[in-house]
Amino acid sequence: MNLQTDPSKGDGADGVQMSEADTDSIVVRFAGDSGDGVQLLGGQFAQATALDHNSLATFPDFPAEIRAPIGTTYGVSAFQIKFGSRMIKTSGDSPDVLVALNPAALKVNYKDLRTGGLIILDAGSFTERNLKKAGFDVDPREDGTLGGHRTIEIDISSLTLEATKPFDVTQKEALRGKNMWTLGLIYWMYDRSTDATEKFVAGKFGADSAVAQANIAALKAGHAYGETAEVSGDIQQTRVAEVEFAPGEYRLVTGAEALSWGLVAGCQLAGIDMTFCSYPITPSSPILHILSRLKNFGVTTFQAEDEIAAACSAIGASYAGNMGITASSGPGIALKTEAIGLAISTELPLVIVNTQRAGPSTGLPTKTEQSDLFLSVWGRNGDAPMVVLSAKSPSDCFETGIEAVRLATKYMTPVFLLSDGYIANAAEPWLIPSLSDYKPFPVSYRSEAEGFQPFSRDDETLARPWVKPGTPGLTHRIGGIEKADGSGNISYDPENHQRMTDLRTNKIAGIAKDIPAQAVELGNEGGKLAVVGWGSTFGPINRAVANMRDAGLDVAHIHIRNLWPLPENLIDLLGKFENVLVAEMNNGQMLTFLRSQTRQDIDGHLKVTGQPLTIKEVEDAIRARVQN
Amino acid sequence: MNVQVEPAKLKAKDFASDQEVRWCPGCGDYAILKAVQMALANMGAEPDNTVFVSGIGCAARFPYYMATYGFHTIHGRAPAVASGVKLANPDLDVWIVSGDGDSLSIGGNHLLHVLRRNMDVQFLLFNNEIYGLTKGQYSPTSRVGQKSPSTPQGSVDAPVDACTFALGCNARFVARGIDIQAKDLGHVFTRARDHKGASFVEIIQNCIVFNDDAFAHFTEKSVAKETQIHVAHGEKLIYGAESNKGLRIKPGSFELEAVTIGENGITEDDILVHDETNKVLASLLVAMKPPSMPVALGVIYCDPAPSYEQAVKDQVEAAKAKGLGDMDTLLRSGSTWTVS
Repeated sequence: MNLQTDPSKGDGADGVQMSEADTDSIVVRFAGDSGDGVQLLGGQFAQATALDHNSLATFPDFPAEIRAPIGTTYGVSAFQIKFGSRMIKTSGDSPDVLVALNPAALKVNYKDLRTGGLIILDAGSFTERNLKKAGFDVDPREDGTLGGHRTIEIDISSLTLEATKPFDVTQKEALRGKNMWTLGLIYWMYDRSTDATEKFVAGKFGADSAVAQANIAALKAGHAYGETAEVSGDIQQTRVAEVEFAPGEYRLVTGAEALSWGLVAGCQLAGIDMTFCSYPITPSSPILHILSRLKNFGVTTFQAEDEIAAACSAIGASYAGNMGITASSGPGIALKTEAIGLAISTELPLVIVNTQRAGPSTGLPTKTEQSDLFLSVWGRNGDAPMVVLSAKSPSDCFETGIEAVRLATKYMTPVFLLSDGYIANAAEPWLIPSLSDYKPFPVSYRSEAEGFQPFSRDDETLARPWVKPGTPGLTHRIGGIEKADGSGNISYDPENHQRMTDLRTNKIAGIAKDIPAQAVELGNEGGKLAVVGWGSTFGPINRAVANMRDAGLDVAHIHIRNLWPLPENLIDLLGKFENVLVAEMNNGQMLTFLRSQTRQDIDGHLKVTGQPLTIKEVEDAIRARVQN
Repeated sequence: MNVQVEPAKLKAKDFASDQEVRWCPGCGDYAILKAVQMALANMGAEPDNTVFVSGIGCAARFPYYMATYGFHTIHGRAPAVASGVKLANPDLDVWIVSGDGDSLSIGGNHLLHVLRRNMDVQFLLFNNEIYGLTKGQYSPTSRVGQKSPSTPQGSVDAPVDACTFALGCNARFVARGIDIQAKDLGHVFTRARDHKGASFVEIIQNCIVFNDDAFAHFTEKSVAKETQIHVAHGEKLIYGAESNKGLRIKPGSFELEAVTIGENGITEDDILVHDETNKVLASLLVAMKPPSMPVALGVIYCDPAPSYEQAVKDQVEAAKAKGLGDMDTLLRSGSTWTVS
């Protein structure tokens, strides 16, 4: 494979900020005002990159405000993409290329750029007023602030207005084409076709509309500018070779999509209809939006009046025989905890999706974190055990969604499914599975009246029977008051409460026998250091461990999906390593949790900046603990 | 096709579970329980198809005493759970049993939304103006000055009127009854069940331990006829021991007035006819309080509209009618590419 690398890397200190073996990929960050259409620009570029058979990972990073005051630093929206000719596992530590559509976008992002990186600026937006709004006292283009980087200034605003002049659009509408002009230029830089985006724009605005024509004109103008600029030597075109993907059909998928589809697939494998009850909250709402369009799959969606009602109505739906599912994020999950306790007590299936975000309280609604581990495993009144799963990547959400439905219905238990803001919004290429790849797990409802007791148990799973109201001869009552073992009648008997608490505990603990043994993702089953992660930190940990193994260090990567119950072999496995390092985006929740379970001396690399872990910081954490 | 199905001839006791009823002796809940069981039997309800959902409180123990399906949930959330039940299976006959604290304090939000959505459920609110199960604190329906363990000098906050609240939530069926009036309750329950959509029924209920005789001023037999008006659609709003009292619009104002037929030139023609589809009239009727006005009882408002779960089901069925979803097709929708 003859790979042409990004020429911009030739300029500065060559790759000093970069991880080892990381030169066959490129990281581009687009940044602009939250009204500039940066997310759309990034999404389109990711799609075109995927269609060109590059591997990629994206990281949309936007403010909580929908339209913050124009030109301010807190209104800056960014979209980062890493793509390359090898398997890409993260959206990249530091960008090689930064496209800044205004001074504020430059201000917020330029420090992240790798030394010698390329900055493309919309010079038209660098007015005195905008510089002041962004907090630049002096124009950063003139005082050496951007020294060490290559800067290309293009008056994108004017060029966009120029390109859209022939069309009957307002100046405001014309300027909105800035993102399309920029996209055209970037398409040219990486030798991508504009076809798919032209089709997308035509589809969105109507092929004949002036807005569509203006946008397409801007896109083409940006592309043409690249060709002209190349002649003058300003920008060079780079082609990134195709990745040798395994054969099959691929698509880009975000975590929110894969999770929604996984839940639907799970219900199909279980042979039941889904009732999805949710209340709008960032960054969980996309699941509600996606599922509300899947009614032809027997999905009923219900936008409840609040988080509590969402959880309770999902429980009601499960009681009636559907798969009740609710979804939210941190503060919303906290509101659902009492209802989850009811589902545990009444032993009804329920899936609760938590797209985690930075907390506590409202925290940073659009920023990622994985700090709801304690809330999930322990955060309820009473002894209230339930299943907790976590997805490690956007596409893994599909598998985890199916598994959540399987465990909930087989064991008559609520299941927490943890995703996070990063996974939910990030996209990656996905080898599309077929439903026939998965073994069905049809649910069975009790209909036999003879010998029926609502709290009798299956010998193997300890699950109680699932009876749909409406079933002849099986009327019974359930509730949150402690119930007599078997009959389910209200019971205040001390020994019965002990027995029921033990049964609920053992039922969940027994699921450890029905889940995969903990595998080592990378490296040996024992050695000097195991880096343990869970959830969305998979990419950076895996790449960092791979790089350090290439550098000769004795290190392994273990990634835990089943947070409760833990895989049966996990504690023994961790004991085979001299040191265990937990890398996670919280203040030490998995660390404390594993210490409590293993009594091992475990160490942590902890970060809560609202940003994903970088490969480099995990590498540094490994180097600090293992030498050659 | 109109197939006549012979209704199962069940009796009230067939709706009673084998569980011992554990309310305080003399509690108004006993009478309501009996009235519900009797009404269900008379209506030919099927226990297998009937679900009672409750929250927390004395009233919320109700489902345990019914030989139907039952779900005793958490404080204030019964409407939310019931909504899920109804969405998953619209064919079930779903009843919510709640108290004034459960549904107007901790669960006020859910009551609001189950009513305005018009979910096809029956909502029975047992109003005793007190927190019973937590030993007698004042409730959101307690009158100002209510002395209780938490308000030793008397409560100072204004109460909410349950039926006025329900009308404000756009409930399409609002009725009121009294625990000891089994026959009238039975009629209201039948109407409530027949009504497609959310049916709200306030039941005046005496708490013998913590708020005894709170309603005696209009429930006592000796005063009942002069202080209660039993409304019926299309009939004159007449009451009184001698059926000579009635309601009319007070001339020159926009309020109801209690008048006596035969006095001051009032004739029967002056008396209003009850129109249960008239929301303005309903809002005036539910707000009436003794001693100046009688308490309105019976079906005060009934004006059906499409129910929520039916509309949701229609959307699902319409989507399915266009072709059932295929997972493999869905996963391959949008842009895909093939590596060979």
